[in-house]
Amino acid sequence: MKYIDEFRDHEHVAVLAQAIKKSCTQSWTLMELCGGQTHAIMKYGIDQLLPEQINLVHGPGCPVCVTPLAAIDKAIAIAELDDVIFCTFGDMLRVPGSAKDLMTVKAEGGDVRAVYSPLEAVTLAEQNPDKHVVFFAVGFETTIPTTAMAAYQAKQRQLNNFKLLVSHVRVPPAMQAILAAPENRVQGFLAAGNVCVVMGYHEYLPIAEKYQVPIVVTGFEPVDILQGILHCVQQLEENRAVVENQYGRAVTQAGNVAAQTMIERVFEVSSFAWRGLGEIESSGFQLNADYAEFDAAQHFQVGHINTQEPKTCKSGEVLQGILKPFDCPEFGKRCTPENPLGATMVSSEGACAAYYAYRRHQDLRNEHELTLSASYK
Amino acid sequence: MCLAVPGKIVAISGDDPYTRTGDVSFSGLVTKVNLAYVPEAKENDYVIVHAGFAISVLDEEEAQATLASFDELKQSLEQAT
Repeated sequence: MKYIDEFRDHEHVAVLAQAIKKSCTQSWTLMELCGGQTHAIMKYGIDQLLPEQINLVHGPGCPVCVTPLAAIDKAIAIAELDDVIFCTFGDMLRVPGSAKDLMTVKAEGGDVRAVYSPLEAVTLAEQNPDKHVVFFAVGFETTIPTTAMAAYQAKQRQLNNFKLLVSHVRVPPAMQAILAAPENRVQGFLAAGNVCVVMGYHEYLPIAEKYQVPIVVTGFEPVDILQGILHCVQQLEENRAVVENQYGRAVTQAGNVAAQTMIERVFEVSSFAWRGLGEIESSGFQLNADYAEFDAAQHFQVGHINTQEPKTCKSGEVLQGILKPFDCPEFGKRCTPENPLGATMVSSEGACAAYYAYRRHQDLRNEHELTLSASYK
Repeated sequence: MCLAVPGKIVAISGDDPYTRTGDVSFSGLVTKVNLAYVPEAKENDYVIVHAGFAISVLDEEEAQATLASFDELKQSLEQAT
């Protein structure tokens, strides 16, 4: 068992696709909550294996995409300071701020570095005592324990030059915001497997009950995603709404208690302004009083920043599942991965980037051309 | 960021609970991974790794049960046709 090939097996895929077709008697709209799942759906063409009645919409599951523009502008302002080594995950470097991106700051001479783990930033702080080392911490519950450990180790080693610009978010409050919105179309969720690896899935039980929506904790391989969809559709067809765990090989109901304990040691729940979804109560994390000394937002006073959302970018609607990427007039035209107008086109987990990478824009163009040629007949 | 590819622990070093480190092989490519959040992990276990940390030890029995369910599903589809 290597946990990869077995879950990409084409025979299993065929069986699951057939079972979904057989179970589905009416239209259902499902949302996957993880950008990694969005990517896999496009990569393996899972959407094309489904009956037409099943509409997959892509939730706010790309950490880069939901980071508010104000935080990105603040990151850029801090990265431009002389005595700062600014670290973050590689995807963040190309997210457009109001005026520029972090890559441009680097090109202009700023010390901006892509790291794989927040612990690399802690090591940099130890090696560069005369500089401030700032880690821009974005991401969901999956990533939060890694930032928490970085803060814990920095405190143990008394690295006062280590700072965190925190933009961490929690998934369950965002699900509730989506479900409570008047324009909501989502009838079932594929919950993000890795978020549940850390947090378990007990938080989802009251959501499934209150909103009468099936929630299936789902992995990332094609077989996982198809099984997640099957269980969701079966529940909807049988008028049931419970939490199921498709990803049992990695997820338990209680989650990773050691990781949760470290999160609680370092962070406290706070309100958070999601890009695309707006302010949602209790949906973010901030450093607690014991770790406030590491807060970059408090430490660096960068003055007023005039934050301006790009007018033509529709990523807000894409993140809420209201629009598909190709519904945006700029998609694949002025907005491409080489020249992204918004975050959903930057990150490989962003819905726009996934549609673009796997040529869903060409399908769309072909449809457009067919429509055009038909209209000339 | 959420790449869920499992890797196999080929060696473990250190015994400090916060810095215990595993050499984790992803199809032969070996990287250092912090094992603080999987205190139960041992050599030859498969783990899910995120941003330099192992966050879950994969449960083979659960994986086998999931795979077995596809065979049952296949049989029930064949019987129905």
